[in-house]
Amino acid sequence: MAKDRALLEVKGLRVAVAGNEILKGVDLTIRDGEVHAIMGPNGSGKSTLAQVLAGHPAYEVLGGSATYDGKDLLDLDPEERAREGVFLAFQYPVEIRGITNSYFLRSALNAIRRTKGEPELDPLDFLQVLERKLKTIGWDDAMMNRPVNEGFSGGEKKRNEILQLAVLEPRLAILDETDSGLDIDALKTVAQAVNQLRGPNRSFLIVTHYQRLLNYIKPDVVHVLADGRIVKTGGPELALELEAKGYDWLRDGAMVS
Amino acid sequence: MAHVDQLVGSYRAWASNGASGAPDWLKDLREGGIARFHDLGFPNMKQEAWRFTSVAPIAEGSFELAQPPARVPTLDDIRPFLLLEAGYRLVFVDGFYQPSLSTPFFDDVQSLAHVVSHRQDLVRAHLGKYAATQDRPFSALNTAFVSDGAFVHVPAKASIPEPIQLLFLASDAKPVVAHPRNLVVVEREARASIVETYAALGDHTYWTNAVTEIVLADGARLDHHRVQRESSRAYHVASTQSHQGRDSKLNLHFVAFGGALARHDIGAVMAGPGGTLILNGLYLLAGQQHADHHTTIDHAADHCESHEYFNGVLDDKSRGVFTGRIVVRPGAQKTDSKQTNNNLLLSANAHADSQPQLEIYADDVKCTHGSTVGPLDPRALFYLRSRGVGEGEARRLLTYGFAAEILGRMDIAPLRAQLDAIVRGRLAEQ
Repeated sequence: MAKDRALLEVKGLRVAVAGNEILKGVDLTIRDGEVHAIMGPNGSGKSTLAQVLAGHPAYEVLGGSATYDGKDLLDLDPEERAREGVFLAFQYPVEIRGITNSYFLRSALNAIRRTKGEPELDPLDFLQVLERKLKTIGWDDAMMNRPVNEGFSGGEKKRNEILQLAVLEPRLAILDETDSGLDIDALKTVAQAVNQLRGPNRSFLIVTHYQRLLNYIKPDVVHVLADGRIVKTGGPELALELEAKGYDWLRDGAMVS
Repeated sequence: MAHVDQLVGSYRAWASNGASGAPDWLKDLREGGIARFHDLGFPNMKQEAWRFTSVAPIAEGSFELAQPPARVPTLDDIRPFLLLEAGYRLVFVDGFYQPSLSTPFFDDVQSLAHVVSHRQDLVRAHLGKYAATQDRPFSALNTAFVSDGAFVHVPAKASIPEPIQLLFLASDAKPVVAHPRNLVVVEREARASIVETYAALGDHTYWTNAVTEIVLADGARLDHHRVQRESSRAYHVASTQSHQGRDSKLNLHFVAFGGALARHDIGAVMAGPGGTLILNGLYLLAGQQHADHHTTIDHAADHCESHEYFNGVLDDKSRGVFTGRIVVRPGAQKTDSKQTNNNLLLSANAHADSQPQLEIYADDVKCTHGSTVGPLDPRALFYLRSRGVGEGEARRLLTYGFAAEILGRMDIAPLRAQLDAIVRGRLAEQ
């Protein structure tokens, strides 16, 4: 692995959904181990960026590129991206009837292991991996034998996304509004788990509307997305500035620039 | 009408010949049944309860009354249809009890034909008391031909540890009709579990017209599993009618895989306060199969709880029909009733009809219902794919989940595993 090469390099990315152009030329470079935050007002295209990087079929790429680990990311199916180490923690995790969390997660992990040429895990082996991961993030296995996200509270659903992140061990984890709908205790729990999972071989792209998550997960870089473009990039202090001043000053700035 | 007359004629011949040795009360029951059937005739699609299901292939077909099988199958022949190893077992071929394949338990797990003479009072007290015939021509016809079937009696406070298996097999023969009649009596505070299976030794055309009556006395508990694996050319018409006493608990599980045409009427009467009932059903259809589940839960007493879950997985040109009627009688206060029916359409040509019917005559009750009909959820598909699961596997997993949700409510692990294997086998074919 070339040390200097970016893990993800997005250039001039333009994306439409249902005929409306949402992303109007996004540039973004994330290196190994970095934590980037993307902030922005509602409708700025934050979630679109998260979803399109994960390969959601509803989004149409109009132009630009996204190179991940030297590969054309946009050319890969969602499952291929996942197997290459891209993970999206959903803003609205989906309920899967009849499939337990544990069965689901083992199927996913085995799909990834097959790609890497590693042997599949049987239920017992998987349980050991799971126990180890749960220990890392300090959680119990209460959610594992329930159907995926079914009847979960908002907080449980978000925690479940982070648990999947822990087990699937991605190189690029995209967190789409993971903080939305969480009370402060749940937010801390999730943030602590994410911090445990940070490392030199794992990068994060944290999409959030609010600054408060960034009190607990300290980003290396903060971007502001407004009207489909990144209008400002800075360090962690930018998040605080946004919290104090809101987004309007930037939106105006973007329009004149 | 020709076929109705033919069936009535076949009844007359049978009643005056092979069945003439029956006690008078049973003869009266049969006469009542055939008279009713003669009056009602076959149902037609103008009738509300039969809007979506045509029984023309049965009404216009020609089915002789089944005879004892020429060759009794061996244990090896029937082994594929036994879902559990241990436990008491009653096996019937073309409706006839097979002692050589069965392991009865005195007069408590026995063939109905045997107990009709040996436990006459008990049988007479219950037989025909729960399965209404007024507006049900098939139940009336079954009642006309009542002769054999399974009888299970669990004495008060007794508990039968292993599930009891009732196996009804169609032998590979000409098109015949069998009318198995089953009676399950679980006495006060007794407990049992039953697996009732319908299957075929070949892939031929025949008609099964079954009725099962289940009665639970106060404080009784029964886990009843009904597995319909008839041949793909078979016609399966059945009625399962239960009647529950105070504080009793009944779990009725249904799995329907087979039959060209299947219609199952399920009626559950909650007659005593504090009863709980689960109706948990799955239909898994492909080809041109048609399955109609017509359910009625009758909350006749207060403080009862009923939960009804039916899932359908429909492929090719198959059709699933579900009717969920819930009646809450005046005075059945504090009723808690929940109904869901979810249908997964795997093909553009598959079709599902789902109709809840709530009739509520009490004011302090909680009744909810919901139904869905549609293809696999694209959001769920993307969710799975975004975790690395390939598209084909994701589809299989989501489809399997529809079935697994229902099987997951069954308490008997080895039975669940067997049914799970059958479901996986079916889905792998599709």
